[in-house]
Amino acid sequence: MIFYVIRRLLAAVPTLLAVLTLVFVLVRIVPGDPAIAILGDRATPVAVAALRAKLGVDQPIWSQYVDFLGKSLTGDFGRSMVTDRPILADVAAVLPHTIDLTLAAMVIGVALGIPLGVMAALYRNRAADIAARMLSLLGLSFPVFVSGIFMLLAFALHWRIFPVIGNANLADPLDRLTKLVLPALTLGIVMAAYITRVTRSAMLQVLGEDYMRTARAKGVPWRRAVWRHGLRNAGLPVVTVVGLYFGILIGNSVLTEIVFSRPGLGKIIVGALNQRDYTMLQGLMVIYCFLIVVVNLLTDLTYGLIDPRVKQA
Amino acid sequence: MKAILRNPTTSIGALFCILIFVGAILAPWISPYDPLDQNIIDRLQPPSAEYWLGTDIYGRDVLSRILWGARISLVVSVAAITVAVVIGGAIGMVSAYIGGRFDLFVMQVMDVLLSFPSLILGLIVVALLGPDLINLIVAIALTAIAPFARIARAPVLSLKERAFVEAGRALGFSHARVLFVHIMPNILSEVLVMASLWMATAVRTEASLSFIGLGVKPPTATWGGMMRDGFEAILDAPWLSVFPGIAILMLVLGLNMVGDGLRDATDPKLSGS
Repeated sequence: MIFYVIRRLLAAVPTLLAVLTLVFVLVRIVPGDPAIAILGDRATPVAVAALRAKLGVDQPIWSQYVDFLGKSLTGDFGRSMVTDRPILADVAAVLPHTIDLTLAAMVIGVALGIPLGVMAALYRNRAADIAARMLSLLGLSFPVFVSGIFMLLAFALHWRIFPVIGNANLADPLDRLTKLVLPALTLGIVMAAYITRVTRSAMLQVLGEDYMRTARAKGVPWRRAVWRHGLRNAGLPVVTVVGLYFGILIGNSVLTEIVFSRPGLGKIIVGALNQRDYTMLQGLMVIYCFLIVVVNLLTDLTYGLIDPRVKQA
Repeated sequence: MKAILRNPTTSIGALFCILIFVGAILAPWISPYDPLDQNIIDRLQPPSAEYWLGTDIYGRDVLSRILWGARISLVVSVAAITVAVVIGGAIGMVSAYIGGRFDLFVMQVMDVLLSFPSLILGLIVVALLGPDLINLIVAIALTAIAPFARIARAPVLSLKERAFVEAGRALGFSHARVLFVHIMPNILSEVLVMASLWMATAVRTEASLSFIGLGVKPPTATWGGMMRDGFEAILDAPWLSVFPGIAILMLVLGLNMVGDGLRDATDPKLSGS
């Protein structure tokens, strides 16, 4: 297992480098001079030159690149161009909100999606299956800002069960939870829809396998055979999807945070976009990349846990 | 074709899509009002016989704006997916055909692109280039190139080993001719099915970007932008966000249903998966 972990860690390095390079290139294809973008075109040449030096954009491109890589890898994401606060501090301040939301959505997705998917596979082409398929199709067709607003209209404005504004007080667990329910459901439903689909098709394949028949033949109760033998083997594609859709989850959390007025990474990114805060954007993208590389790594490690054969490969 | 339409899900999906396509094409003739015409006296009217879906804060007719907004959604998503299919498909096919280290490198690059959250990528590209129709198309196409490269690559890997490829080469055909005339038709159906599913994603991404404020600039009617306006007036006029929401949902759901049906029809093994 140790070797497997080390190998996976090493494999993540080129990906991380490549993603960082992409971020570097993306931020630098902006037409125009960032210093002029910040100061406006009426700025004096002296002021522009001073800001260029401060931002480091007067350096040759390769030295900017090396500098950027070095700083990113040591956790120095720079300062916001607009507020001059360290980016990491701004991100750390709202991170608990984003983690709450993402984790809760994952939990809802798995808790709804896996049983639904297994049920759909067991009752293939019967009413339960068709219902599960329609529901998951509907779930993954809803853009989150649409479902979020619909939920807001129904549960916060019409029935007034949950609060409209999601700016939770982190020190108060009850407040934190009630303000999490609607946004987490909004995000979790999409997740559940994807997981239902994959679980269903993975289970359908597994149910036809010889070892399922063997398990039945040697007297394992059907229920146990399905959940222990079946689901464990259907687990790989499900874990893949959960890992893969983490990216979608992050994108969707931006929209959810806007709809429910929650603080979080998404709110920061939209703010940075509106203020053309390029250093903030670059820092945020790097942080997103780290998150995604870490999730991919966790996905790979989970493979190893679910299926011992993966470790040998 | 008959087999496709016999599936009720597919036909309902097709119906949704046709309804919206026709509405978008006929918008200049069938919309009851000018989508940009402000009528301050009739602002924030709930749905009525005069304004079927009500009016917004400037007194503009919601139904007319939804019909015109459909045009933006469809133009952006069709154009973006076409670009993604052509560029992504070409990258995937050429990469698989050449194979070896080149293929490994290209796919590594595609994986990097793929690992980026597509909405965030779209957000940043539009923000950097500035929100207009062309940049929106570029941004959404960029998020879909990598998946199409993957889809086009996989079948070419095995197809290029087949006898007909060798035969074509033996007859003196160029690599380009073998690849694009002889191999390509074999992967077309798979790529097109994927395109219909990705259309749904493109519509959703366009609406999301407009909702954030990075879509085609107002006062042009876009579904996402209408949702935004509705969201800001959610206490006074819930219909402003409900109707565009239903329109987006109908189109995305319709495209997904058609895509699923097409996939089942082309690959019976995957039926309903």
